[in-house]
Formats: sequence, structure tokens, C-alpha cells
Amino acid sequence: MIWNEHYECMEREELLKLQGKRVKEMVKRVYDTVPFYRKKLQEQGIEPNDIKGIDDLSKLPFTTKQDLRDNYPFGLFAVPQPDIVRFHASSGTTGKPTVVGYTHNDIQMWSEVVARSLTMAGVTKADIIQVAYGYGLFTGGLGLHYGAEKVGASVIPISGGNTKKQLQLMEDFGSTVIACTPSYAAYIGESLVEEKIDRRKIKLKAGVFGAEPWTPEMRTQIEQVLDIKAYDIYGLTEIIGPGVSMECQFQHGMHIFEDHFIPEIINPDTGEVLPYGELGELVFTPATKEAMPLIRYRTRDLTRLHAEKCECGRTLVRMEKCVGRSDDMLIIRGVNVFPSQVESVLLEMSETKPHYLIVVDRENNLDTMEIQVEVEEEFFSDEVKELEGLRQRIKANIVSTLGISAIIRLVEPGTIERSMGKAKRVVDKRNL
Amino acid sequence: MIIKQLSVFLENKTGRLTELTGILAENDINISAFSIADTADYGILRMIVGRPELAAQILKNKGFTVKITDVVGMIIPHRPGGLHKALQIISDNNVAIDYMYAFASGESKATVVIRAESLHKIIDVLQDHKMELLKEGDVYQV
Repeated sequence: MIWNEHYECMEREELLKLQGKRVKEMVKRVYDTVPFYRKKLQEQGIEPNDIKGIDDLSKLPFTTKQDLRDNYPFGLFAVPQPDIVRFHASSGTTGKPTVVGYTHNDIQMWSEVVARSLTMAGVTKADIIQVAYGYGLFTGGLGLHYGAEKVGASVIPISGGNTKKQLQLMEDFGSTVIACTPSYAAYIGESLVEEKIDRRKIKLKAGVFGAEPWTPEMRTQIEQVLDIKAYDIYGLTEIIGPGVSMECQFQHGMHIFEDHFIPEIINPDTGEVLPYGELGELVFTPATKEAMPLIRYRTRDLTRLHAEKCECGRTLVRMEKCVGRSDDMLIIRGVNVFPSQVESVLLEMSETKPHYLIVVDRENNLDTMEIQVEVEEEFFSDEVKELEGLRQRIKANIVSTLGISAIIRLVEPGTIERSMGKAKRVVDKRNL
Repeated sequence: MIIKQLSVFLENKTGRLTELTGILAENDINISAFSIADTADYGILRMIVGRPELAAQILKNKGFTVKITDVVGMIIPHRPGGLHKALQIISDNNVAIDYMYAFASGESKATVVIRAESLHKIIDVLQDHKMELLKEGDVYQV
């Protein structure tokens, strides 16, 4: 099923023309309305008329997260405040939050791309969708909510947390689809087993999961425990929220809704645009956004793009699951470590659960990494040699995957804090 | 002849053991014997209690990682050389012991709880040598 065949299956040549037209209009608009961009373009000697088509996109300067912080809260808005109908913000672990605004049309466009996304997961008006993403400043809850209403599905706006209630409504209302973070989905699955709820009483068939990086192994685990098909949805607050890209049923990467969000892959060091298929930093130009259009926003997500037509009939480019967000990357004793690598190692081993915490510290000027791992109950042995053997195996697998050694600490199941939203996987105690 | 022992995974955290003993006390479950194997990060508590299945369920419900393990209880005379004689029999018959712990019950006897690779073999060997074994019926109230 395809929600909007016109845009999702457009000939690429036609799509590039459309993108060119939209970028051109957008550059003119921000030049006139956003002092920050006017100054930046003037500094580089670029006039709006220099942008004639999509090929000129690479002439434009980048926008970074720091630019958003510097212009906090409304400095990058391209419309006056009365035209704003909603704000969202991302928490931001350091400093001020990132604030974004939406006009009425922006909300319509966002609902459209989420409706396309949900349709990819097979959602129709016949479905009951439990939106267990947090509602509020975070884009997850309301983003999925509006898209699901646009599809015409019946929405349960339960938000995150209160897991017992999630399970109760899932059973009583007969939810067929759930949308939340993958870590929360894993926790709901675990609770389903713990509460001894008969899976046959649950009608769930699909899950739409995103807002944090997750591994293929985690997908398998969620699919098994919840007995559903798990779909990956991608997005970021700065661009729109969830619904920037989404997997179709063939799951060969996530289709980017390119008519609205124009993607590029660049070399993160030089800024040079890389061809399809090469690994680099993902950059977006959300050309149709009214309230806060950004020019070439650097996501810091590392991935590849593929432009071959998909089996599903869509011509939209597909992005691979991100290797990691450069924000999440830890540098430990000079080695780059992504929490997702640790997750892969743990999930490949049947004895451990996907719940873990990485604690990084510095002792005598040397970085230390401790990984706390929960032992699967059924693999608990009461012999020290067995548990120590397990610990050594985890340690060995970590070294071979990450290239650096870690202290492995086995902890009791259920003791690592479960997240109702984005999972906290890292505690960095170093004062860097 | 096989006895049910409760094994619990405990993180090295202040108060965690007290929490466990509190739960057993509240539920009127008596501990007849126990030992703790400790490592830097965690310990494994092994104990013989009255009503082991019930105790395991209660502890699981409270979030403990619990396992019921089969062990053998060997009764030996409480006097010099008592343990040595028993161990000699076991080692002469090439039975590998994983772990053991003991407690004296009264003036004349002591009980040794043994976990071995092959419990059936150890039972056969000990019975062949007329060693007294704890029976399931009387064991949980040692």
C-alpha cells in the first residue's frame, strides 16, 4: 500500500526538478526573512538568484546544531510568531534545548509524511494504534498521533510509561499497532511475559519504532517477544520529527520523503558531497518547511543512501540504518565506540539481555569502560566458574568487536533502569 | 536422596542480603543451612530452606534471580576424621565435587551439602560405603 503514489513513486528526474524548484523558493524565502541566513549567504557571496536548480544545492553553506543554539529560541524562524501554531523542543543533554516551530501547513505536511510512514507498515483506518511515545515537547507522541489520525486509524494516545496500563489497554482495546522507542518495546515485551498475559489475547501485528538507534539483533528480539513485524521510522526534531524516512515492507533501508526533505551525504571532515552508496554524514534541507526551513542541516548521523528503485515501487532514496550518531560516539582510549556495537555483541549471545549500561570513567589519566550486563534468568548458574566463564566470553566478544577491553559486570536482571522513552545507555563520568 | 537447594544471584550491594532474609522471615520460611560464594561484583547464595519451591516463587516475585539446584546431603560423625573419611571415599571413586558446605547439627552429627557433577554417582558410592544420607522428607527441617 502506498499513501501518496504521486510523490512516492515519482520519476527521479521529475523529483529532482521539483526539489530544485523548492530549494530555489526556500533560499529566496530565508534570504528575505531570516537575518542569520541573509548574512551567511552574503558572506559567501551567494545571491538567491544564483540557485537555479538542485545541482546548486552544494554551493550553499551548512547549518549546524550550534547555529540552532546560537539563535535560541526563535532566531531561525522564517515566519512571525502569530503564524506559529506549535512548538517542540529536543531535550539537549548539554546547554539549551533545540526549539522548533510549526505553522499550520507544517503540521499538515508532517501529518502527511507520518501517514505515508504508517501506510508502509500496513496501517489503515481499520487499525487501532497505541501511541506509546511521549507526548509533549518531544516530537514522538504528537507526530505519530497526527499521522495516525490522518490515516484514519483509531488512536490510543496513551503516551510513554505506565506499562501495566499499556498492557491492559492493548488487551482490552485490541491494539493492532504500537508506536514507541525500541527500548520501550523491548520492555513492554518483557512485561508481557512477566505478567503471564496470553499472547493470543493480544492482536498486535506491527510496531513502528524509532527515536533512538537500535540494532538488527534488537529488532529480532522485539519481533520474537511481541510476535509482530517491527518497522524502523527515522526523524529528528530539527527537520520535522518522526517521519523523515521509514521502512517499507521489504525493509531495504528507510525511504526518505525527498519531496520535502532533500538528503545529501557528505564527508564529515571536508564537507564534500559523496555519491550514493558511500558512507558519510547525512545532511537534510527541509525545503517545504514554512516556520523553520534549514539550509543543509548536518544531522551528525552516519549512513549511506541508495537510489535504485525499491521492490515496493517507490522511487524515493533509501537510507541505511545509521551506523551511529556522532553525538553518541564515545572516544575511549582513542578508540571510537558506539553503544550500538555493545548492544550487538550482547544480543548475539543468548545468555544476556538487551539491557546494559556503559559507564566510562577516567582513573590515573586512563579511560576505563565498564559494561553492566543483566544475566538472563534461565542462564543463571549457581556455580562461580560458569558465571565467570560467561563474563570472560562477553569480555572476549567485546574486545574483538570494539578493539578495546572493558570491565564486564554481571548484574541482577531488572536492575538496569528501564526507559519509557529514549534509553540511557551511557554514563560518562569523565570531565572532558 | 536428592535435596532441593535454593541458589540466588546477589549483587554486592549493601542491604541486598538483608532484603532477602527479611522476605523469608515474613513468609515464615526457615533457613536450615547456607553458604555464599563471593566474587568482586556479586555473590551466589546457596541455601537449604523449608518449602524450597514456595520460597523460590516468593523470591522470584520480589525480583530475585533464583534457581533450584539439586544437591546431596551427607551425614557424617561430628568428630576428628569424620569428613576426611567421607571425602576419601568420594575421591577414590573419582567423583568431582563442584562445591560443598557443612554445618554441625547437634553434638554427634554434621551434615555436608554437596553439589557434584554426577549426583547419582555420588549417591551410589556413598550408599555402597554405608554412609548416611539426608532424605528429602527430613531434610528441610535439619
